[in-house]
Amino acid sequence: MRVFIPRDAAALAVGADRVAAAIVSEAQARGVALEIVRTGSRGMFWLEPLVEVETPGGRMGYGKVGVRDVPGLFDADFQSGGWHEKSTGMVEKIPFFAKQDRLTFARCGVIDPLDLDAYRALGGYDGLARALQLGAAQTVAEVKASGLRGRGGAGFPTGIKWETVRTAVAAQKYIVCNADEGDSGTFADRMLMEGDPFTLIEGMTIAAAAVGATRGYIYVRSEYPHAIRTMNDAIAIACRAGLLGRAVMGSAYDFELEVRVGAGAYVCGEETALLESLEGKRGQVRAKPPIPALAGLFGKPTVVNNLVSFATIPFILEKGAAAYADYGMGRSRGTMPVQIAGNVKHGGLFEVAFGITLGELVNEIGGGSATGRPVRAVQAGGPLGAYFPPALFDTPYDYEAFAARDGLIGHGGLVVFDDSVDMAKMARFAMAFCAHESCGKCTPCRIGSTRGVEVIDKIVAGHAAEENIALVKDLCETMKFGSLCALGGFTPYPVLSALHHFPEDFAPAAIPAAAQ
Amino acid sequence: MPHIWDSLAAEDIITAREALEGPMLPILHAMQAHFGCIPEEAIRLIATRLNLTRAEVHGVVSFYHDFRRAPAGRHVLKLCRAEACQSMGSEANAAHLLHRLGLGWGETTPDGRLTVEAVYCLGLCACAPNAMLDGEVHGRLDAGALESLAMEVL
Repeated sequence: MRVFIPRDAAALAVGADRVAAAIVSEAQARGVALEIVRTGSRGMFWLEPLVEVETPGGRMGYGKVGVRDVPGLFDADFQSGGWHEKSTGMVEKIPFFAKQDRLTFARCGVIDPLDLDAYRALGGYDGLARALQLGAAQTVAEVKASGLRGRGGAGFPTGIKWETVRTAVAAQKYIVCNADEGDSGTFADRMLMEGDPFTLIEGMTIAAAAVGATRGYIYVRSEYPHAIRTMNDAIAIACRAGLLGRAVMGSAYDFELEVRVGAGAYVCGEETALLESLEGKRGQVRAKPPIPALAGLFGKPTVVNNLVSFATIPFILEKGAAAYADYGMGRSRGTMPVQIAGNVKHGGLFEVAFGITLGELVNEIGGGSATGRPVRAVQAGGPLGAYFPPALFDTPYDYEAFAARDGLIGHGGLVVFDDSVDMAKMARFAMAFCAHESCGKCTPCRIGSTRGVEVIDKIVAGHAAEENIALVKDLCETMKFGSLCALGGFTPYPVLSALHHFPEDFAPAAIPAAAQ
Repeated sequence: MPHIWDSLAAEDIITAREALEGPMLPILHAMQAHFGCIPEEAIRLIATRLNLTRAEVHGVVSFYHDFRRAPAGRHVLKLCRAEACQSMGSEANAAHLLHRLGLGWGETTPDGRLTVEAVYCLGLCACAPNAMLDGEVHGRLDAGALESLAMEVL
């Protein structure tokens, strides 16, 4: 019998290793033969550690298992799918899972992330095989036709970026994966690296063949040690199998891939700062133009894509552009792995076609707040994203629809807050975070963020509140239009949305109520 | 524990990585793993070997939050202070723990056993609040669980 237990960092954080060890020793004591398979996570984090057992009817789940539950699970004959109070039923029938469109994350949580045969058995490397058959120009055309847009947040069409690099003339080109996933409330990159790393390797290899690049780097933040280990192991396995290195899959293409580790700088998630960091410099933002597609890493043409963008490429090449573009709405085609986090009952990764509303995601899928109190605000798109009040929960999940409401979907994170949140404090935090992480190159971000903290403090203290609110709005305008990159340019989103939707929290009278 | 400078080990760290494209960060990470921090001697050596000025190397070291100029305590507890953890009460839990230990952010207990630092997101945001103790991750940490975690190493 096969028992599946996640090795995803979030599962480990709530005791998955201890549960796995307890199951192994209990099985030995009882003389039960079990095969333990360590997988990535399905992304239903409120159920972690989620133990799954293979049965003829599919995988049976046991959620939120603790070490103390283990003897009871054996008593209940869980290894044959027996009923226990921790039973979740068939895992793929859990509504949170059944309602998803798992394209990019199809294998995540299902297979041992380092089992190349399991990866291939579920369609792995069929995308690269087809890309090699199509040739470079056709591969890029396919990516363009899929409508895929950059999943890091900017939403730039991936195919157009690739075309620019493909047609650039240079002796050396690079593929760079941005896995510097620093936004609070996001974990899609981490989950994929820990749960299905070959998908990323395959996607980057397809990109390399399509644009004529021979070297690639995955820039992973240092806060993700488990992802770094899994990614390095997967690269070594792919090299041994002839899927990286010289003559990839027996083709004419060579592709060397390496993991590089960041050093705790949020701004390195900005693509030009990331390139500077890879080159071994301070992670300072570059002015554009020139764009990285023409003058990127070491001045060479470079594809810089977010991890989720690369990981979506194998599906597009395997099933065809139309299969992907069939999902979604308007100019937002395909699916987005939405990450529902914070004060929410059912937090996790929910991959779904664009078009679902924010309210459905928070209330129906997420089940409302974890504390059971009313939801008051949702920050969409990380620390640089706007706070949405429930009054805007009808907003469809779509790049343009969010922009029309002065927000952004960013890398797909949603952080839910209940009614105990103090929005003036959150606005102040946005400015303080920008000050902490500013690379220092441009003045609006470097100085503006510090002045922002000071002015918000004055407002909350009741010093000339009206003038200072006008001042903060003016400062936000300057930061928005005067900053070099999204750090200074988007910090105004959380600040202005907090001011606009929750003005009562900025009134001096709010102080006693907010002091919890 | 104070670092003991070992120039042969430092030379080896550089030699193993100098052929990389952009070797600076891999070298600095390896130096810190070996010495517990980036000693002044390392900055001089890296500058010489990579043909850079000391100011340039210093500029890189001081830019990144990860690199330390002095070693941390024997154990390092990183508490997440980002929004998702805040939504689950991380700030109050952290304040409680720091008060109990008599520490501020980034400080080390007088016996050198524990350093408590801020981190901005560990990517475990659906199991908030989170912390990392010596590289091991911990989720769903209420004030009590956080305190017992810290007590494990004190």
